[in-house]
Order: sequence, then C-alpha cells, then structure tokens
Amino acid sequence: MLDIRGITKRYGTRQVLTDVSFTVGNGRMTGFVGANGAGKTTTMRIILGVLTADAGTVLIDGAPVTASDRRRFGYMPEERGLYPKMKVAEQLIYLARLHGLTPHAALRNTTDLLERLGLTDRSNALVESLSLGNQQRAQIAAALVHDPEFLVLDEPFSGLDPIAVEVVMGVLAEYAAGGAPVLFSSHQLDIVERLCDDLVIIGDGEIRAQGARETLRDEYSSPRFEIRTHGDASWIRDLPGIRIVDLTLDAAGGHVVFEAETDAASQLVLQQAIARGPVSAFNHQRPSLASIFKEVVQ
Amino acid sequence: MSVTEKASTRGTPTSPQRSTAPSVAQSVWLVATREILVRLRSKAFLISTGILLLISVGAVVAGGIASQDTSLDTVAVVGSAEAVVESTGAFEIMAVDTVADAEALVRDGTVKAAIVPSDSADAVLPVTVIALDSAPLDVTGALSVSPEVQLLDPAEQGGGIAYLVALAFGIVFLMSATTFGGTIAQSVVEEKQTRIVEILMSTISVRALLAGKVLGNSIMAFGQIVAIGLLAAGGMAVTGQRVLLADVGPAIGWFVVFFAFGFVLLAALYAATASMVSRQEDVGSVTSPVLFLTMIPYFLVVFFNDNPLVVAIMSYVPFSAPVSMPLRIFLGTAEWWEPLLALVVLVASTVVVILLGSRIYSNSLLRMGARVSLRDALKR
Repeated sequence: MLDIRGITKRYGTRQVLTDVSFTVGNGRMTGFVGANGAGKTTTMRIILGVLTADAGTVLIDGAPVTASDRRRFGYMPEERGLYPKMKVAEQLIYLARLHGLTPHAALRNTTDLLERLGLTDRSNALVESLSLGNQQRAQIAAALVHDPEFLVLDEPFSGLDPIAVEVVMGVLAEYAAGGAPVLFSSHQLDIVERLCDDLVIIGDGEIRAQGARETLRDEYSSPRFEIRTHGDASWIRDLPGIRIVDLTLDAAGGHVVFEAETDAASQLVLQQAIARGPVSAFNHQRPSLASIFKEVVQ
Repeated sequence: MSVTEKASTRGTPTSPQRSTAPSVAQSVWLVATREILVRLRSKAFLISTGILLLISVGAVVAGGIASQDTSLDTVAVVGSAEAVVESTGAFEIMAVDTVADAEALVRDGTVKAAIVPSDSADAVLPVTVIALDSAPLDVTGALSVSPEVQLLDPAEQGGGIAYLVALAFGIVFLMSATTFGGTIAQSVVEEKQTRIVEILMSTISVRALLAGKVLGNSIMAFGQIVAIGLLAAGGMAVTGQRVLLADVGPAIGWFVVFFAFGFVLLAALYAATASMVSRQEDVGSVTSPVLFLTMIPYFLVVFFNDNPLVVAIMSYVPFSAPVSMPLRIFLGTAEWWEPLLALVVLVASTVVVILLGSRIYSNSLLRMGARVSLRDALKR
C-alpha cells in the first residue's frame, strides 16, 4: 500500500502542492485526475523521489520509502523519452539492470514484455526508427521491465492508438489483479471511468475528492431520476415532492426526468407508473466522472 | 560422487532474481559501460580516434626523419684514427683492418664515411676522411677544431624542441579534452532532451549517474591517450630516436598521470554546465567558458614556453598543469617535489569541482526550457 501524507511543495513563491494526502491500495487501480498544472506530475515525481517535497512523506506499508524501495517502482514520466540511438531490447535490458536485475532476468523480462506488447520483431531496431505508437509501447515496457511492485504512470494512454490503449489497459489491469498498487493519471476521463477502482481528484495543488469510484458517484449524484412509460406520463407532475426537469410525450410513450425530494417520493412515481401500464425504464441518474470532476474542481 | 555433488548444489537456495539493490559502484559501472559502448559504436568517434592515432604516428615518423641528422652517423675507422674519432664522441665507430675494407664499406653505404690515418706528414689533423661523392660536412665539422664556447645560461634542452614538446602535449590534451568534454556535454543534454533522465533519476542517484558518465568517458579518453603514448614511444623506438625517447619518457609518464585527473576535472565541468540547458543547440554556448578555461592556459604554455616564470606558474594552475608540468619535467626545470605538489593541487581542485558540479547537475536536470542560471543551479 502506498500512502501519500501531507505533501507540500513550493517553487519559489508559487505554492504547487498543499497538504496532498491520499492512498493507493494494494491491487487498486487508482485514477489521478486534475486539470493541467493542478500538480499531478509534481506529486508523481515526489512519490518517485525525482523531486523532494518541502513537507510530507511517502509511505510504503507504513514505512517511509527509501532509495532502494524506489527501485521496486515502475515509473512512466509524462515527458516520454528513451535513448534514441539505442536498440529497443538493449535499452530495456539496461534499465532492468539499473533496477538491480541480473543480466539473465533482465533478458528474460525484456523478451517476455516485448512479446506481450507486440514489439518482438522490432527488438533490434533503434528507438528513433520506431513509429510513434511503438515508441509509446517501448516506453511502457521500460516502466514494467523490472517487475515493479508499484506502478506510477503519468498519462500512460496519451498518444496511444485505440488498439494500444486496450493492450496497455490489459497490462495494467493484470498488474493490479496481481496485487500491485497502480496509480495513473489521465486526461481521458472515459478511460479512467472504465478502468479505475479508486479516484483521486486534484485541483490547484489540493486534493478535492478521493475514494472508490462508485462511492464518489453516489456522493455526488443528485436526486435525479428518469422514467420511460408506454402511456401518458404527465400525471407525474401532480405527485407531491416531485419536480419535473424534462418531459417528452410521443407515440412511443412518455420520457420524464424528475427530481424527487425523498427516496419515497421517487418510489411512489415508479409504483404509480406500473399501476398505470408498462414501464420500460426507471433509473437513478448518476453523474459521469466528467461532471463530478467539473463540480469538484470549480 | 557426482550424485552427492548434485544434491548439495540443489540444496543451496537459488539466488533471488533481484538483489536487494545494486550498490552505487554497480550503478556507476553500468552507466559507464553504457557510455563506453555507445562511444565505441559511434562512427564519428572511431574515425576521429583513427585520425588522431594516424597524426601521432605521422608526427613521430616525421620527427624521426627530421632528426636523422642528429643521430650518430656510423663511420669506419682504421688503425690509429680510432683514437681521434673516439675523442669527438660524435660517431658510431666501426673499426676495420685495412683502408680497402673501409672504402668498400663507404661504397656499399654501410657507413657514411671512413676515417683513416693520414698519409701526408704535414697535415693539420692526423686523419683523412674518405667519402663517396661529396665532402661530408658534418663529419669534417665534428673532426675540425673549434674554439671553446662558454654559455652563461645553458639550456638543458634546446628552445626548438621545448616548443615542439609543449605543442605536442598541448595538442593531445586539448583535443582529448574538447572531444570527450563535448561528448559528455552532448550525452548529458541528450538524456535531458529525450527526458529519459527522469527514469534514470527515479532509479539511481544523480551522483551515480554523473560519476558513471564521467568515468566512462574518462576511461575512453585515457585509453586514447595511452594508445597515443604507446604508439609515439613505440614509433620513437622503431625510428631509432632512443635518445629523444629517453628524454621525453618521464615527461610522458607524468603527462598521463596529470591527464587522468585533469580530464576528470574538465569532464565534471562539462557535464555540470551542459546540464543547465535543454537543447543540443545550446550546448556550445553554455560550455564555451569551460572551453576557454582549457584553451587559454594551453595557449599561454605554448606561446610562453621559453618564459620559465609563466611555465612555472601554469604548471600549478589545474587547467594547464597537465601540459605545463610535464614540459618542465622535460626541460629539467622542475624540482622533484614540484610535480607532486602540482598533482595535489590538481586532485584537490578536481574534488571541489566534482562536488560543485554534482550540485549543479542535480539542480538542473529537471529544469526544462530556459537555461538555468548558475546561481539557481548552485542552490542547495
């Protein structure tokens, strides 16, 4: 488990992070979301020890992270880069060995990973000769080649084609399923929504919201419901504790979006509707990640 | 027996895939080997090394041809002429029995001239010189009587040769320092520009990274210098310049020692200054002060090689000591303790520069975009 406690960072007079605290649980895919300049990259760099925090600590299973712990991290920086004039496989082996793997293990991991990422036939090509998408795959391989126990990935999906996105999502899910804490940032909220178990939302260097994805969605959901009936639905208007947001009537029946003051009021709508005829849909409208994000960062 | 052996090896625990963490030395060595490998693969490096080696061999061969005159000529001597010739000390002597034998040696070119006892009784010198087609001026000159010369301030080595030695050490040092210094600078900026530096920094310490780069390139530069030194010494031995080799040998030895430390100092400076910029295009301008630091003392030594005071001062300045101190050793103007003292000064300044350099380096590596000011780079 990765614990970020009270991280504060200041560049000159500019406060970049203020008391940032959150937890990345074992086996939890944790999405780290925030606008540009909100402090995601700075936070990740501090977790990796590339930057030092002015205050606060990073804990692994309760103990402060040490330099040798950091070799167990897989890190993908936001700014991508590998040695352009080195061969793909050679470069991965070099990085694996810097992380403390034996030459044999480094070679084996490299071969496995290139196979999984579909880069085997490019393993002896120079990095600069790879297509952009393949360079991204090589970059992901570089973060994973030493069998990390923690993953910290800054925008791992940016610049990937849809197929590569699926491949990378699969690889990350596999790591999380294996029990590794996985923290990744992304601007693509739809991917975060599909992929993550937990969410951390940062705005202006402060954590605005965090928790399990579903809990957050419940927390931020409005008392708004939607119902589709086969017959007329204008009667809903007259029920107590109900406010109509939108009402459409056509040949197929009625479609009503309403807000209910209490759960009981919304249930009454459903009961009445069933009594009047077939109901094809009834649901509690829960906010998308995008709308929660908008709400908390503003 | 083999069965028990197998059983016992199976019993030992298999080594874990990941050692706890590679030591700093291992990290440094991994970085250094990568630098060396990349360098060995670079065509530009191989070609420039080849050219440098060719130049040094060429210089030695040219020097050998030029110095043919100063090497001892062999002359054939007969009978009582031997004593006369020996007293000049200017010739290799090949004693033969008869004048006819001596003439035969002159004819087949084995000797430059033959010196035989004079026939005529009224000759000034008791010998006659026999040569093939023209009067050998250097032979007759050596045999002629000259007035005594008194030098008020005798030089141990001639001014011309001092200039050449200063120039040779200077060129070798300057070329090596600027090529490898430039290479380090480029490789630092390459890591910064391609952003791989962030992965490296999250894996090993910045000091290990800097040390590895400096070590790798120093090994390459040192290897090049040793190759040049061996080629030059071998060349001198082969071309018969043993006298020169005996004079220059100790100076070359000291040069190699001074070079090793002087190069590390420059390498650390190049790495630190280069880390302040983010683009290859800016490497030249940001490292130019280092280039001047290397070149100015070098030119002072070359131009003022006949001014003992300047050379003596420069032999203690860390940037010019690798050129100037060996020159003084060659000229015989350095006391035995002077190279040691200069070496202590050089090593001490190298340590200081490495400490400052690693601070600049670690402060600047993540600062992309505009050039980092020296004051910011030196901040704690």
